[in-house]
Amino acid sequence: MSLSQIMPLVQTSVELGMITGLTVLALFLSYSMLNVCDLSTDGCFTLGAAVGGIVALAGHPWLSLPAAMGAGMLSGLLTAVLQTRMGINSLLAGIIVNTGLYSVNIAIMGGSSQLNMNKTVNVFSIAKDAMKGTAMESQYKLIVAAIAAVLVIIFLSLFLRTRLGLAIRATGDNPAMVRSSSINPIFTTTVGLCISNAFTGLSGCLLGQYQKSVNIDIGSGMVTIALASLLIGGVFFGKRKIPVRAIGAVIGAIIFRLIYAAALRLNMPTFMLKAVSSIIVILALSGPYLRKQGAEQIRHWRNRKEAA
Amino acid sequence: MLEIQKITKTFHPGTPDERIALQDISLTVQTGDFITLIGANGAGKSTLFNAISGTFPVDRGRILLDGKDITWTPAHQRSRVIGQLFQDPMKGSAPHMSIEENMALASGRGGWLSHVRKQDREDFRAQLQMLGMGLEDRMDQPVGLLSGGQRQALTLLMATFSKPQLLLLDEHTAALDPGTAEKVLGMTRRIVAEGKLTCLMVTHNMESALEMGNRTLMMHQGRIILDVDGEEKKRICVSDLMEKFRELSGSAMNNDRMLLS
Repeated sequence: MSLSQIMPLVQTSVELGMITGLTVLALFLSYSMLNVCDLSTDGCFTLGAAVGGIVALAGHPWLSLPAAMGAGMLSGLLTAVLQTRMGINSLLAGIIVNTGLYSVNIAIMGGSSQLNMNKTVNVFSIAKDAMKGTAMESQYKLIVAAIAAVLVIIFLSLFLRTRLGLAIRATGDNPAMVRSSSINPIFTTTVGLCISNAFTGLSGCLLGQYQKSVNIDIGSGMVTIALASLLIGGVFFGKRKIPVRAIGAVIGAIIFRLIYAAALRLNMPTFMLKAVSSIIVILALSGPYLRKQGAEQIRHWRNRKEAA
Repeated sequence: MLEIQKITKTFHPGTPDERIALQDISLTVQTGDFITLIGANGAGKSTLFNAISGTFPVDRGRILLDGKDITWTPAHQRSRVIGQLFQDPMKGSAPHMSIEENMALASGRGGWLSHVRKQDREDFRAQLQMLGMGLEDRMDQPVGLLSGGQRQALTLLMATFSKPQLLLLDEHTAALDPGTAEKVLGMTRRIVAEGKLTCLMVTHNMESALEMGNRTLMMHQGRIILDVDGEEKKRICVSDLMEKFRELSGSAMNNDRMLLS
């Protein structure tokens, strides 16, 4: 396969990586910082895509971005209220919201499970028109995706240094300490989930506009894919400072897409995407535990051998 | 300044595990008091502290701080004026955040969106320098890398940073090795004296209970059974305390931890 065949594949992977990278950044905030595994991610991603699609179809391509973020924020607020104010287990709260969102998303799409935006003006088509005739013409999708990813990374890096950001990080690290700093952990959890889900919504909105269609399944399995990307990024940048880790999260998403694209080239069928992401998550999460167990087992054998 | 009026706390009420942890306890603490609190395990010392700091609501009675009724104030709001340290050095700080970030959070300075300023950083450094543990050169390191003693010293700093009206020390040196415990106790003494803080301290060490502070309380089965201050406290010695305990509680002190210290 020649370079001219590979480059478009790589470019598509990078574009998709940066768009879904926003969801990875959302999980970076909720999972890595707040220590909440937000299982409403799938539904929230679709919600952002649906809201963004409808608003764009109505002729407001720019408005679609804040609208999708706002919708995501509301969904995050609901998940947060369920787990902080109504005593529902945080995993369950996410699953419940995720299930409910399925109906909400179809309702938003006017009772249909599909939105077609083939001729609709969206942020990508605007960028395409703006760059017509310039050298960057064929990279317009890449540029839009990169701008979104960079803005969110900058926002997170600055935000997590503020007092509120520190409080959110401490909530995931030691909630008792947050309380003794006169900060209500319920408040920090709520704010954290709202912001995180706003990014998930934005991510969904951009993916819908990128592929010019929204399907009710657009977000299914997204939480696992994003978690896989986050863990891949963590392998390389896990111990670094926050901004580097945030960049690492997006790079993890890109690496994930590249691996996936490579697997497709090796004739792996498309439907295997989710199995691959599950396997990556299993390997990454169980790795440290299995390594420890293995080391203990080896020590055990060695002791027995010496005794014998 | 702190007034506790007849508070009662029962754990697991109505079950076979029912246990009355506090029985009609009343206590008045004056501004500037340094009170040491002793008693066997399960006497209700920690329960009393947790009732004051708001970890759980009491069943009956009222708690007033500076004349304000705080009986129903949530814990995170009370912590604005009440600092608390626990036996477990891991409890008071966030391990994956740096020393500076922990201090910034505890200092309570600035609005939600404010960053740590250069001035704050200098302040933190000066405070850390006073501990004499070299922490001022490690401000960027995660707190999880510190030893138990260093972490407890840092927590002490953080709890007293914003000059709390009341400081609750719940055996905060008990989990440290003797040398470090002595050091942290020394810091406590200094910080309380310099800040003129009002302080309640639980200890298992009878000697330091008598030697430190201006008033000593002894608790037994959810009640305060002994309360000495002023001249009387200066005269009393450990064997007197044990004698008093036998007399007032009707049983010998059967707690090794208390006898050994």
